[in-house]
Amino acid sequence: MTDYNYAPEQVEIREAALKFAKNEMLPRAGEFDQKQELPLEILTKAWELGLVNTCIPTEYGGAGFSTLDAVIISESLAYGCMGMNTAIMANDLALLPIALFGSDEQKKRFLTPFTESYKIASFCLTEPEQGSDAASIKTTLKKDGDDYILNGQKMWITNAGYADLFVVYATIDPSLKHKGITACVVEKGTKGIEIGKAEHKMGHRCSDTRAMNFNNVRIPAENILMKAGSGWEIAKKTLDHSRPLVAASALGGAQCAFDHAIKYAKERKQFGKPLAKHQAIQFMLADMAIKLENSRNLVHKAAWLLDEGKENTKIASFAKAYAADSCMEITTDAVQIFGGYGYSVEYPVEKLMRDAKLIQIYEGTSQIQRLIIAREILN
Amino acid sequence: MNIFVCVKQVPDTETKVVPTGDGSYIETNSIKWILNPYDEFAVEQALQVKAANSGSTITVVRVGGVKDTEALRTAMAMGADEAILIEAGDNVDSYMTAKAIKGAIEKSGKNPDLILTGKQAIDDDCLQVPQLLAQMLGMPSVSVVVGFEQDGDGYVLKREIEGGAIEVYSANSPAVVACNKGLNTPRYPSLPGIIKAKRKPMEKWTLSDVGVADSDRRVNYSNFQLPPEKPPGKKFEAMDEGVQASVVSEVVNLLRTEAKVI
Repeated sequence: MTDYNYAPEQVEIREAALKFAKNEMLPRAGEFDQKQELPLEILTKAWELGLVNTCIPTEYGGAGFSTLDAVIISESLAYGCMGMNTAIMANDLALLPIALFGSDEQKKRFLTPFTESYKIASFCLTEPEQGSDAASIKTTLKKDGDDYILNGQKMWITNAGYADLFVVYATIDPSLKHKGITACVVEKGTKGIEIGKAEHKMGHRCSDTRAMNFNNVRIPAENILMKAGSGWEIAKKTLDHSRPLVAASALGGAQCAFDHAIKYAKERKQFGKPLAKHQAIQFMLADMAIKLENSRNLVHKAAWLLDEGKENTKIASFAKAYAADSCMEITTDAVQIFGGYGYSVEYPVEKLMRDAKLIQIYEGTSQIQRLIIAREILN
Repeated sequence: MNIFVCVKQVPDTETKVVPTGDGSYIETNSIKWILNPYDEFAVEQALQVKAANSGSTITVVRVGGVKDTEALRTAMAMGADEAILIEAGDNVDSYMTAKAIKGAIEKSGKNPDLILTGKQAIDDDCLQVPQLLAQMLGMPSVSVVVGFEQDGDGYVLKREIEGGAIEVYSANSPAVVACNKGLNTPRYPSLPGIIKAKRKPMEKWTLSDVGVADSDRRVNYSNFQLPPEKPPGKKFEAMDEGVQASVVSEVVNLLRTEAKVI
C-alpha cells in the first residue's frame, strides 16, 4: 500500500493555488457570474503564477507537473470558482492532445507559445446534433492537394470567443464512424472560421461558451495530429487525462460549498441552538464529508494511475461520475442548510449549485461515465 | 548588493493556541506555520530592490525551530536566492534572535548593503529584533516603514507615526529597515518558483555556530495562559422614552465602574 500523504512540494503547490483561489478568485466569483464576463485579468494572473497549462512538459517550456500535481491545482482553483476553472481547464483539454500525441515540431510550434504569454485554447468535439455520440460527428475534413479542407459546425465550445488555437475533431469519411475521426489544430484568424454569440448559461457563467462554424477552412497537413483516422484514439486518451481534472474541479467546488455550510451551521441559531447542534443537520454534514473524502480518493487514484503509466479509464470514470454527482448533492444540501438565504444570490451557495450541474454534463455526462464503467467491468 | 531579509515563522492566524502543561510556552506540535505576514513586505521589498540593482543577492535568515522550514521556503519561492537557518527552539527571546542574526550575517562572509525585516512578528508582537540588530551591528534603523526609495548610497524611508502623519528619514547604507503593511503588495510564490526553491541553497547552523550561548537569554517564559473568556455583552432596552434617562445614567455608571473606560 502506498501512503496517502502529499509530497512536501505538493503541499506547497496546494497552498499556493488555494491562496490564489481564496484571495483572487473567490471574492470576485459572484461578480463575474452576474456579469457573464471572462475574468481575463484574473486568468492572466493565474497564468503568471504557473497555475494554467499544467500539461505542458518541461522540454517545451512547461513546469512538467504530474497528473497528481495537476488535480491538486484543479481542485484548489475550483474552490475559488468552478466557472473560472472551466476556462483554465479548457486550455488543458485542448493542449493535452498536442502534448500527448503531437510531433516534436507540433509541440514546439503550438505548446511553447502558451508558456511565453497567456494564451487561450479550445477543444472542439461536440456538435449541435452529436454530443455523447461523438463517433457520429459530421464535421468533415477533405483532402485537397497537400492540405485538408474543414467544414462543419461545433457547439458548446468553451473559450471559443477568446481562443488563439482550436483543436478540432472532424471525420475524413462519416461512413468509417470512429475510424474516420481526425484531430487537427486550427489557428486563430484562419480564413473561414465563424464564431457564434456567447451562450447564456445556468452556471459557469463567467466562462465563454459559443457555437462555431468552419466554412472551407484550409488546414495544412502539418496541423493534423498523428495521422488521419487517429482522432478517436486521441480523444479517448485525452479524456482519460482530463477526467481526473474535471472530477477535481467538482471536488473543489463541493469543498467550498461544504466549508460554507459548516461555517453557517455553527453560526445560525434556531430553537435556541446552532444548526450544527441539530442532528438533522449533523447527518447532512456527515454525508457531505463522506462524499468529499470518497471523491478525493477517487480523483487521486485516477491521477496516480496515469502517473504510474497504468490504464485509468475505469477509475477516471468512477472519479468523474462520483465527484460530479457528489458535487451536485453537496451543493444542493449546502443550499438546504442555508435555507431561504441559500436561495438568495446575496449568498454564495446558490451559484455553487448552478455550477455543479454542468460538471455532471460536460466531458462525458454522468450517464456516459456509467456506460464506460459498464463496458470496462463487463469486458 | 547584498540584501538580507530576516524572517520569522509564526503560527497561522487560524491556529488555536494552547499553552503547554507547565506554562513554559505553547504547544507547537500541531501548529501550521506560515511566514510572518509583515516579513512578506520585507521579502517583496528585497525583490524590488534586487530588480533595480542587477547582480544583487537576497539571503533570507531565520532563527527558530527546525521541524518545518515553511517561512524560508516561501521566501525562496517568492524569489529570494538563498537561506540561512539558525536551529534553535521556537521560544528564543528577541535578544538571542538578534544576536544570532548578527552572527549569521557575519559568518556568511557577505557585507550587507541592506537588511530588511517585518516591523513585528504576529505571534509575540515584541517589536524588538530590528532595533536590537541595528544596535548590535552599529547601523541606522527605521521601523514601521511604508515608503522606500534608494537615493545614491542610501535610502529615503517614510515611516508612519501617530495621527496618520508621515516622517521621512534619510539613512546611509547599510541600514536596517523594518517594513509595515502598505509598503508594497507581496507577490504570490509562483509554482515554478516553488519547484525552483527546492534547489536553492539553505545553510543550517546552530546557535553556538553563530556565537549565541544559553547565557544570552534575557527573557524566561514561565506562565503562558489563555486570556480569560470574554463575558457576553450587555443589552439595554430603551425603546420606551420613559426609561431612556435612567438607562443612559445606568450605562454611563457601568462604563465608569465596571468597564472603567470613562
